[in-house]
Amino acid sequence: MSAARPSSSRLGWWWGLGAVVLLLAAVLVSLVIGAFALPVTGIVGSTLNRLPLIDVDHGLDERGEAILWQVRMPRIVLGVIVGAMLSAAGAAYQGVFRNPLADPYLLGAGAGAGLGATLAIAYGPDAAGWIVDPLPLAAFVGGIVGVVLAYLLGYSVRSGRTAVTLILAGVAVAAFLTAAQTFLQQRNSDTLREVYGWILGSLATASWGDVRLVLPYVVLALVVVVLGRRLMDVLAVGDVEASSLGVQPGRVRLVLVAFATLGTAAVVAVTGLIGFVGIIVPHTVRLLTGASYRIIVPVSIILGGAFLVIADVIARTVQSPFEVPIGVVTAFVGAPFFAVVLRTSRGVVS
Amino acid sequence: MRRIALLVAALGLTMSACAASDGASAETSPSTLATTTTTAAPTTTTSSSTTTTVDEAAFPVTIVAENGEVTIPERPDRIVSISPTSTEVLFAIGAGDQVVAVDSLSNYPAGAPVTDLSGFSPNVEAIAAFEPDLVFLSFDPDGGLIPALDAIGVPAVLHSGAVDVESAYAQWLQVGAATGNTDAALDLVSETRTRIDAAYASIGAGAEGLSYYWELDQTFYSVTSATFVGDLLAGTSMENISDPADEDGFGYPQLTAEYIIGTDPDLVYLADTLCCGQSAETVAERPGWDAMTAVQSGQIVELDDDVASRWGPRIADLVEQIVESITSLSQ
Repeated sequence: MSAARPSSSRLGWWWGLGAVVLLLAAVLVSLVIGAFALPVTGIVGSTLNRLPLIDVDHGLDERGEAILWQVRMPRIVLGVIVGAMLSAAGAAYQGVFRNPLADPYLLGAGAGAGLGATLAIAYGPDAAGWIVDPLPLAAFVGGIVGVVLAYLLGYSVRSGRTAVTLILAGVAVAAFLTAAQTFLQQRNSDTLREVYGWILGSLATASWGDVRLVLPYVVLALVVVVLGRRLMDVLAVGDVEASSLGVQPGRVRLVLVAFATLGTAAVVAVTGLIGFVGIIVPHTVRLLTGASYRIIVPVSIILGGAFLVIADVIARTVQSPFEVPIGVVTAFVGAPFFAVVLRTSRGVVS
Repeated sequence: MRRIALLVAALGLTMSACAASDGASAETSPSTLATTTTTAAPTTTTSSSTTTTVDEAAFPVTIVAENGEVTIPERPDRIVSISPTSTEVLFAIGAGDQVVAVDSLSNYPAGAPVTDLSGFSPNVEAIAAFEPDLVFLSFDPDGGLIPALDAIGVPAVLHSGAVDVESAYAQWLQVGAATGNTDAALDLVSETRTRIDAAYASIGAGAEGLSYYWELDQTFYSVTSATFVGDLLAGTSMENISDPADEDGFGYPQLTAEYIIGTDPDLVYLADTLCCGQSAETVAERPGWDAMTAVQSGQIVELDDDVASRWGPRIADLVEQIVESITSLSQ
């Protein structure tokens, strides 16, 4: 680093490019590896076949095609989307709350979604005949209700409407919703298995339907968080200072949290609570680049997608053909990696 | 117990936790099997040598259950069962009129006195309110319930998930001995044995080379041959697709969708029709599953979750349903 330092924006492009390369590599590896061995030539051929005007003999039978396009591919795509969304939401929460421990579930989105899912599993109607599966719908609504409650509680405080008040309100709401969820779950012990499976989070049943379900919300949320990344840099200097710079901290916080929550609730609704991604990815980017949110946000989005795809490859292959819960992998692989980054980097955490 | 084993797996947030719980169950199962079989024999001989039906003179009875020696001073007539399997056994051996309360999940047979007692987080005071003189349970959540019942002088018998068919039979015989229905329990065991053997015998060579996938929920949790279900199906000589990679012998792995589609099992058994609303239709609608032979030829067998997850007298019904699916396939 003794050589001429490239400008911050140039550096950002390099980090962005590196993240994209990593994401592509992760997707390719993920396509080739699986519990059911598909020949690489078959995967390439079948992919080429999907392009217009190309017709090659790829050698995959009906089942091979089904595995590639209906099982493996949507799982990878959903992994990219979920990883990107959770990382972006984590970065946004950390930014607007100036709190390194903030994650997408901080304000009750996770607890609310858990309660919604438990309600749907325990008391929901038979899903057959519904246009929308009630489970993700209930989780989505629950996640948003949780954050709205936290916001209302936080802003009902008469004095000191600060980020800290809001976090404390979120902690209280999350604790309350989790208690309600646990109570319902114990009362309906026949649903324990399904509820726990959901709470652990998984990409095991990913389908194109899931992808279509979450994509609009995630795109909207990502666009808002990316556009708001400069304001997060301004907030970093403190609410009073930010106000003197013409930024309204409360309003910025509300908008960013609203959209981060929208996207988080959407992905949680289809995959359950996948932990650790929202904390580890933005911090890793921050420690590596030591840069502002201008760089952290976009790089986190790309790297988050790559991270979750890699974690999912491990989840479905390390004990192939068995699944390991992806939350176990994100923590088991992510934590030591993060520790290394923490030790070797010279960046600052908050 | 299957659900609980799964729960342990689901809660085991680290792989070491999974391995630990697995090790514990592997250690306990052979020993419980050994004790139940050795002790069931003496009690049955003593009681059957005196009289045939309900035998007051046989009491006090001492059995060695999983929780150690349990002495029942006299013939119990206020039994509380917080295990759906024990409930089914009690009613099948004619001890139904001795039962005063069963847990909320004991939905069979229809006449069982269902209460809101929970089998997952049982409360000792709630159980004591029924003034029981014998309690059957399949699960002691934190190991505190049985000592608590002991402290108030209520004998409790722990019969957790049977690891194989023989240990299930041993449990039934203990239920018989503990309630004064030894002969009925012996009859039930031999009748079940006969039905299962006859079902297997009717398969012939039809099941050679067939494979099956046993689904516990729609996230593809399954069972291996090392489980109770696996042992129950051993007589069919079908191959279980969960087996090949079960290195740690946990028994309840979560498979991946692509592995199931790729291995293309001949038969798919759904043990998640009640819990999770799965059916031949919902399976066919899953992405990519329509490429499976079993889906195309309609070899998806819808089971009753309860029958498929308990180790009670209805295992004979289960085996007959399984065998029917095999013989209809090989015709």
